[in-house]
Amino acid sequence: MRRVLLADQLATAVLWSIAGSVILILIAIIAHFLLAALPDFTPSFLIADPSTDVIGGVGPVLWNSVYVLALTMLVTVPLGVLGAVFMAEYAGTGRLIDLIRFSQELIGSVPSIVVGLFGFAVFVAATGWGFTALAGALALTVFNLPLMTRLAEQAMRAVPDDERSASFALGATKWQTIRHVVLPIAIPGLVTGVILTAGRVFGEAAALLFTAGLATPGRLNFANLNLLDPRSPWSPFHTATTLSVYLWRINSEGTGPVVDQVANLTAAVLIVAVLIFNLGSRALGQLLQRRITGTRS
Amino acid sequence: MRTDGLRVAYGSKEVLRGIDLPIAKGKVTALVGPSGCGKTTLLRTLNRLTDLTSTCSVSGIVTIDGEDCMAMDPVLLRRRVGMVFQKPNVFPMSIRENVLYGVKARGNGKTEYAEILESSLRKAVIWDEVKDRLDESALALSGGQQQRVCIARTLATSPEVVLMDEPGASLDPRSTQLLEESILAIRGDFTVVIVTHDIPQAHRVSDFLAFLYDGRVVEFGETRQLFAEPREHATKEYLEGGLVTVPPVGNVAAAAVPVSA
Repeated sequence: MRRVLLADQLATAVLWSIAGSVILILIAIIAHFLLAALPDFTPSFLIADPSTDVIGGVGPVLWNSVYVLALTMLVTVPLGVLGAVFMAEYAGTGRLIDLIRFSQELIGSVPSIVVGLFGFAVFVAATGWGFTALAGALALTVFNLPLMTRLAEQAMRAVPDDERSASFALGATKWQTIRHVVLPIAIPGLVTGVILTAGRVFGEAAALLFTAGLATPGRLNFANLNLLDPRSPWSPFHTATTLSVYLWRINSEGTGPVVDQVANLTAAVLIVAVLIFNLGSRALGQLLQRRITGTRS
Repeated sequence: MRTDGLRVAYGSKEVLRGIDLPIAKGKVTALVGPSGCGKTTLLRTLNRLTDLTSTCSVSGIVTIDGEDCMAMDPVLLRRRVGMVFQKPNVFPMSIRENVLYGVKARGNGKTEYAEILESSLRKAVIWDEVKDRLDESALALSGGQQQRVCIARTLATSPEVVLMDEPGASLDPRSTQLLEESILAIRGDFTVVIVTHDIPQAHRVSDFLAFLYDGRVVEFGETRQLFAEPREHATKEYLEGGLVTVPPVGNVAAAAVPVSA
């Protein structure tokens, strides 16, 4: 009896310490970069143009990160949710769905640098677009769609069958049931999917090196609203070096007196941006569900 | 509605073995019998919710006003045959949206939503409790209230038939009483088929009673008659004590196994 109790206490202690160390690692990473960056941080770093001679800023790079993220999500989320609706509600069981699932897992485990090379061949070279935000976003979609679909599918499968039966019994069609009952109940799960894929987009460098480009961007002219002009920051066809790619670049080939400070500052901005996005989308998801379902939970 | 020679199987397991049952218009028909006798399956066949289970196969005839239910679009059938489930399964929406869900799904354009909302909540004996909080989430209500919202939601679509699958099973006595009030209030306007384990409840609310055992209707008739002078010994045993010690004739296969209902 005493051994059983001891084992129980041991298991509790081990599990708690593992959970605790996860939190500690997170705090350590955030603290390390924030502390390293703090002495050199000025708000102008967020908007100024990059430079390695003096501490400039990450304005255009930050913009590109947000832009590529938005563009990727614009493609990934609808495709992922529709794919998940098919997988969870229509496909049933059989050979076809097994094959789809197998491909999903395979694409999901292809190294992102390989996805980048594929993106270069298809979205950069074959299309003749060159290095563009759109090519980067499409490469990231290839990379992220399996994850988004899988998470959205899980969210939909978690919706109790009772709710579906209730909707059918009221004479709703299958599509009405999916739209008005299944999807609204699945929102928290869908938001988790969006957050996880978005985090990968923000942090991804390898897949973007060969697709969105790694040229240090110059001054952005936000007055240029021509969406087809590669010089417009609004255009999907502009070269879009993101924060992660920029960080990789200055760390691997940057020279100059302030490279280390700029790298630390960039890393800190990256981390804080991911945190803000994470918390923001969670809050947005809750708001969305409350609006749609009228619940106060 | 009526069924003739209705047989239903899940995979190779036959659950209903030939059901001939008339369901009188505007009356309450109760289905009783031990667990696993096929009551719920019979109910789910009447609005073809059985279609949702891929392993389920149905043969035989089900008709509504003489029309073949199996040949109908199931969506159109379910607009005529509504259902209330065992567990209150309100949608995570406001009370108003819950009640109007089926009406809106029909998409008839301009409809008197406010009128439908009030009249169906009144018929389900819950209007007074929720009239001031129609835009609150239905999940905030108690289980008994949720179940009555589920009834209102079904009545709002004005079906011809309302199926109820042990609607009082998860409710407290007071809620059950209100539920029964509601059933008695809609009798006449709607045809009701109710599955229940609560034999006194079947006695109180139903006009007709079918006693099912092992996928067959052992006895069917007016409720009063069945309680007063049951033809079959098993019916008498079940209605008096909820237990069947001697399986009814016609259930030869079941006679060999001990009955643990």
